[in-house]
Amino acid sequence: MNKLPLIIKREYIAKVRNKSFVVMTFLSPFLMVGMILLIAYLTQLNDTDKKVIGVLNDSSYFSNEFVTSEATSYINFRDISLAAAKDSTLSLGFYGLIYLPDEPNLEQVAQRAFFYSKDAPSATILGKLENSITGRLRQERLREMGLSPKEYAEMDRSYNINIETFDGNQNIKGINEIKAIIGGAFGYLIMMFIIIYGGFVMRSVIEEKTSRIIEVIISSVKPFHLMMGKIIGTSLAGITQFAIWIVSGAILLFIGLAIFDIDPASLTKGGGMAPGMSNGANVDVDALTQNIQLYAQEIFDLPIFAMLFFFIVYFVLGYLIYSSIYAAIGAAVDNETDTQQFIFPVILPLMLAIYVGFFSVFSNPNGPIAVAFSLFPLTSPIVMLMRLPWGIGEGGVPVWQLITSILILIGTFIGIVWVAAKIYRVGILMYGKKPSYKELYKWLKYSS
Amino acid sequence: MSHILVAKDVTKQFGSHTALKNVSLEIPKNSIYGLLGPNGAGKTTLIRIINQITYPDQGSVYFDGELLKSEHIAQIGYLPEERGLYKSMKVGEQALYLAQLKGLSKDEAKKRLKYWFERLEIGDWWNKKIQELSKGMAQKIQFVVTVLHEPKLLIFDEPFSGFDPINANIIKEQILSLKEKGTSIIFSTHRMESVEELCEYIALIHKSEKILDGRLSDIKKAYKNNIFKIGLETDNQEVLVREMQDKFDVLTQEYNSIEKQLNLTVQLPSNQSSEILSFLGTRANVNGFVETIPSANDIFIKTIQNKNLDNE
Repeated sequence: MNKLPLIIKREYIAKVRNKSFVVMTFLSPFLMVGMILLIAYLTQLNDTDKKVIGVLNDSSYFSNEFVTSEATSYINFRDISLAAAKDSTLSLGFYGLIYLPDEPNLEQVAQRAFFYSKDAPSATILGKLENSITGRLRQERLREMGLSPKEYAEMDRSYNINIETFDGNQNIKGINEIKAIIGGAFGYLIMMFIIIYGGFVMRSVIEEKTSRIIEVIISSVKPFHLMMGKIIGTSLAGITQFAIWIVSGAILLFIGLAIFDIDPASLTKGGGMAPGMSNGANVDVDALTQNIQLYAQEIFDLPIFAMLFFFIVYFVLGYLIYSSIYAAIGAAVDNETDTQQFIFPVILPLMLAIYVGFFSVFSNPNGPIAVAFSLFPLTSPIVMLMRLPWGIGEGGVPVWQLITSILILIGTFIGIVWVAAKIYRVGILMYGKKPSYKELYKWLKYSS
Repeated sequence: MSHILVAKDVTKQFGSHTALKNVSLEIPKNSIYGLLGPNGAGKTTLIRIINQITYPDQGSVYFDGELLKSEHIAQIGYLPEERGLYKSMKVGEQALYLAQLKGLSKDEAKKRLKYWFERLEIGDWWNKKIQELSKGMAQKIQFVVTVLHEPKLLIFDEPFSGFDPINANIIKEQILSLKEKGTSIIFSTHRMESVEELCEYIALIHKSEKILDGRLSDIKKAYKNNIFKIGLETDNQEVLVREMQDKFDVLTQEYNSIEKQLNLTVQLPSNQSSEILSFLGTRANVNGFVETIPSANDIFIKTIQNKNLDNE
């Protein structure tokens, strides 16, 4: 009878029943969604906190340049002195006062305009005021050159360059960033999974060692089976946890958004918009929807199935490699505090992969660094997944690189599992002092 | 006589350390075999080899006439000295799991567990977690788990440690009744009084080598040194002692003048006691005459000391 399923089942149930695991599984989505909602709520709250600015306009050049917006409103003072206006601004509790003096020409008005405020003014407010005045200045200068205000309005229409790939597909701005985000998310997910569940595997090995049950178990099953059963059982528990998180997180987010009446679009607003765009007089709504369609199209055009397929391949291989290392570490030491020395070199390539991914792969997905790290087995599960959104074959990851990388990964997997199993089988029966690397090397040479 | 386990010239190295050197053993069926030796002698390594936790570098092990192979695991039960169970797992589930690892079906394991739990009166522990039990209670569970699959060979490494005298006695009875049912038992311990009580055969391992093995009674015979303890009742002890010293090798003498009791230990050249008895018969009233038989403890200490002297 094969005992591996028995071990997998026990490891899975032991993990899933663990109190902290249950708490983590069911609390995390609430915490995450709570955070998102809180951030969204606070953003809205911040937005509704309007800043009121007094305007004392003695000049004849400004009339309706200061338009009340969502975040700021302007109150005009009329026929009072500057000192009186300052006093009223203060007593009314306004944010500040913009003063435009009476001067013969606009240039001089601008020169001698002042903004008074209680504290140092925020950069956004200043930017808005400066934009308004600059706009007025430009308009005035152009008018002096003989341009009518209507022509000026025509002139200021925003412009986006048309982009297209060589084979004629329409291309859009920002798609590379989207690809980077998707690739990054995959890579990050793998890293998190490895660190969290690799750690679980390690702790589970240490627990067996410290509770001394290990000798009973391995007098019934082969240490290799125990190790693999542990790795597989723990990862199944992890996948269960992830599935619960994704499903419950999605449901909660949906419910939360409905309850608090938050527009999901508002969450992304602000970040994505270029500063110039908000200035543009009227954004073409049709163009915007068209753009959204294009983005959607691009996302659908990503090699989704290939990406998911390779995500699973790289995920499984990468996870098996790393969790075998974690199992070997757990076997080599007596308690968790001794693991630090060994864990750091394990996390290092993972961190490196993420950084290389963010700083090199996204700017140059097929550059030499990206290629090297997507072939190196300890970083390839992360880096290759970050490259995959750019496609496979022409323009993307060459097929030979993909195949080579997977072959190297499989080879490494076999090698590492062999080494880990050796360290594991010697380590689980060793108690006492913390082994050095040299000793671990010696263990490899012990005959089984 | 057939043997349940035969080890032939087993050698095991760990790096530069030799854990076992050409150890050969023959463990007869249906017996209790004491595996003795000081700490670090190599007993645990030998036991691990029998359990196929580790493998010998040289030599071979035969189980019930066949070369030891992984199928035999189901016929061996092992209670390690360093024992333990999953602390957060429930007693019943854990026992079922461990029994299934030994190849029992779930139903069969349940049935047998019920039997054993009743026998040891621990039935109400089924749904308790190990961490809620005392050490002795956990040991009982471990004992049940070890014997549950009814192996042909049981290996107990210090089975009585952690038990109070009452429970130690219960376990001892269980071990003896298992032996009655035909199980062969390897018994590794430092507690010599339990060796005397239980073991039919012993082997002594010292510094990776087997230095002594055989039937305990034979070994004792071989280790007898013909020293006799004699108790005499006499009025005339001084004369008697002088006469005795002339004729025999008197090691110690002690006289209790109130009871007129003379106690002597005498070294005889052989275990021919008739000569001294006929000599005494005419001179004093013999109320005690016994040959001192070395205890397992004496043998253990003496053999190892001799061995150490040889090596120096």
